[in-house]
Amino acid sequence: MAKKSFRQAINEALAQEMRRDPRVVLMGEDVAGGQGAPGEDDAWGGPLGVTKGLMPEFGRERVLDTPITESGFVGAAIGAAATGLRPVAELMFVDFMGVCFDQIFNQAAKFRYMFGGKAVTPVVIRTMYGGGFRAASQHSQCLYPLFTHIPGLKVVIPSSPYDAKGLLIQAIRDDDPVMFFEHKMMYDDMDEVPDEPYTIPFGEANLTREGDDVTVVALGRMVKIANEAADALRKQGVGCTVIDPRTTSPMDTDSILESVEETGRLVVVDEAHPRCGMAADVSALVAQEAFRALKAPIRMVTPPHTPVPFSPALEDAYLPSAARVIEAVRATMA
Amino acid sequence: MTDAIRPIGMPKWGLAMTEGKVNAWLVADGAEISQGDEILEIETSKITNVFESPVSGLLRRKVAGEGETLPVGALLGVVADAGVSDAEIDAFVEQYKQHQAEAASEDAAPEPVMVEAAGWTVRVLRMGPEAPDESAVPLLMIHGFGGDLKNWQFNQPDLAADRAVYAIDLPGHGGSSKTLDGDGSVAWLAEAVRGAMAALDIDRAHLVGHSLGGAVALQMALDEPVRIASITLVCPAGLGAEINAGYIEGFIRADRRKEMKATVEALFADPSFVSRDMVEDLLKYKRLDGVLAALQRIADVSFPGGRQATVLADRLDGLTVPVQAIWGAEDRIVPPAHATALPQARRHVLPGAGHMVHIEKPAETNRLIGEFVAFTGG
Repeated sequence: MAKKSFRQAINEALAQEMRRDPRVVLMGEDVAGGQGAPGEDDAWGGPLGVTKGLMPEFGRERVLDTPITESGFVGAAIGAAATGLRPVAELMFVDFMGVCFDQIFNQAAKFRYMFGGKAVTPVVIRTMYGGGFRAASQHSQCLYPLFTHIPGLKVVIPSSPYDAKGLLIQAIRDDDPVMFFEHKMMYDDMDEVPDEPYTIPFGEANLTREGDDVTVVALGRMVKIANEAADALRKQGVGCTVIDPRTTSPMDTDSILESVEETGRLVVVDEAHPRCGMAADVSALVAQEAFRALKAPIRMVTPPHTPVPFSPALEDAYLPSAARVIEAVRATMA
Repeated sequence: MTDAIRPIGMPKWGLAMTEGKVNAWLVADGAEISQGDEILEIETSKITNVFESPVSGLLRRKVAGEGETLPVGALLGVVADAGVSDAEIDAFVEQYKQHQAEAASEDAAPEPVMVEAAGWTVRVLRMGPEAPDESAVPLLMIHGFGGDLKNWQFNQPDLAADRAVYAIDLPGHGGSSKTLDGDGSVAWLAEAVRGAMAALDIDRAHLVGHSLGGAVALQMALDEPVRIASITLVCPAGLGAEINAGYIEGFIRADRRKEMKATVEALFADPSFVSRDMVEDLLKYKRLDGVLAALQRIADVSFPGGRQATVLADRLDGLTVPVQAIWGAEDRIVPPAHATALPQARRHVLPGAGHMVHIEKPAETNRLIGEFVAFTGG
């Protein structure tokens, strides 16, 4: 099977769904042209080249470069979804969601509920998140907990190219609004990705490692960190089950609880801020539902509760690392 | 050549295997071993299985230690006569390692290819000599419902020593077309495989068919006996009406790891054959567009109401093509009692194996297929 990058996997999912369904359209800043494009020809395809090649194939009618007004085009995408299209909007950095949050959480997220199930809003909002890119506080956040908090939104955080393609196709075919998070440090990750279209159901966790001693729950890029830690610990005789929930809404709580029932120990690794984040959420779930199975206090590995620093040295220290995961796993074994 | 030194190398089980871990030696240093003896337990990312010795003789040296992970082809042990000195064995081990390092850089494992047949694209894996003896009739392997060509990973390399061996993916399966250009019946599948034979320029072949693939092989022999040299049916459909309908339904329904694991455990006498990767590979296959519809149609047409629609047992008498059956005594999908449709000498019910007898008892299965193919000629 062909190895493809995370970037190619996303591009292929978009292209295959656009071929399959004429209602699928793309809109966002630079999705057609991108940096340096004179305006008519396909240049970069977004700031990191993810949508490159789509405008020449599908034309400007379906690949829409928008002005720099998230409040406008995100709202337009949601309206188009409510009236029959299946738009995929690109909110370049999730940090910009502040200017279009009402469209998402008060409109898109509520239509199905407030119209008694008679309205559907099949919109996907793709967005980049995460630190490590030296992009400072306003372009590095992991704001998926904010969207997970809102009933009516589905939230997807793929951790590999294989998952990215299958989850994005699922998102496009889903009738509800889906927030799709892409870590900007992962676009060059390689993985075996089938050429054919496929879907991965939402709310089904992936177990990327299996072990008997400790359950490690991680999301997005942190799955790689957790796997690295689990592999190192395996050599030291400690077995970790690494659970990647893939989606935080819906969330596969069963897989997490079943694993903790077996291991009795939980470490949650999350790149989002610690307060009201996914680490706290998963910890609360296990404390409430599997308290008696726990042999040690739950450990959370997260950044500190501060903005992402611009200083490279500080940013490196800020992000969770495999060493910190190993330390946390060890602490539960002490 | 009783005094020759013979190596035992890490086997290659399946396309993806690049290395294996030696879990345990099952024989003692210095033991007298025979070809087919279980000598090692080897673990890959996909499966853990016992490795049966490819050679007979005195096990003079265990080169691989327990717990060691080694590349395919790496030296695991050395068999030699008692008369061979330790120094000679040392020299052999050194030489083998050097040779192995050189071979590793140029060795390319066979890869499946896509071939256009009438009405469908078929994925094919060919093994065997580049230019086999012209009298050696090729062997074609047909997997069962929900399977693919990788199901033959423990059989195809062994059988390909002296002839071309093709393993194909049926329509709706593996890497072949997922849209069925037909009704999904056994008769239509047989027609599709005939198309694949034509596309591969195979005039006449020995067939090995597992489960649903067994019924397909039988149908092909009944339709056009001159093109079929022999048939080995492995836990086949097509010899009786009963089938484990719960399994068929469960396989179609399962979209989560836990369900899929529980479902496919019924395929084995020893459920520990079902690894995390095996389950993940099945889920990855089932997630592909078109697969569910294809499986459902095949199941609806071939197993309506939980019974087999195509029962060919009473047509065996008139069949001129030699047929044998290999069955796992603990098959929980198709009853081993169906084997009685064949004369006693042509049925082999192997204890300690289930529906995937070719995975659980590869050495015995390969021996039976190899002997039958040789016996039936070509």
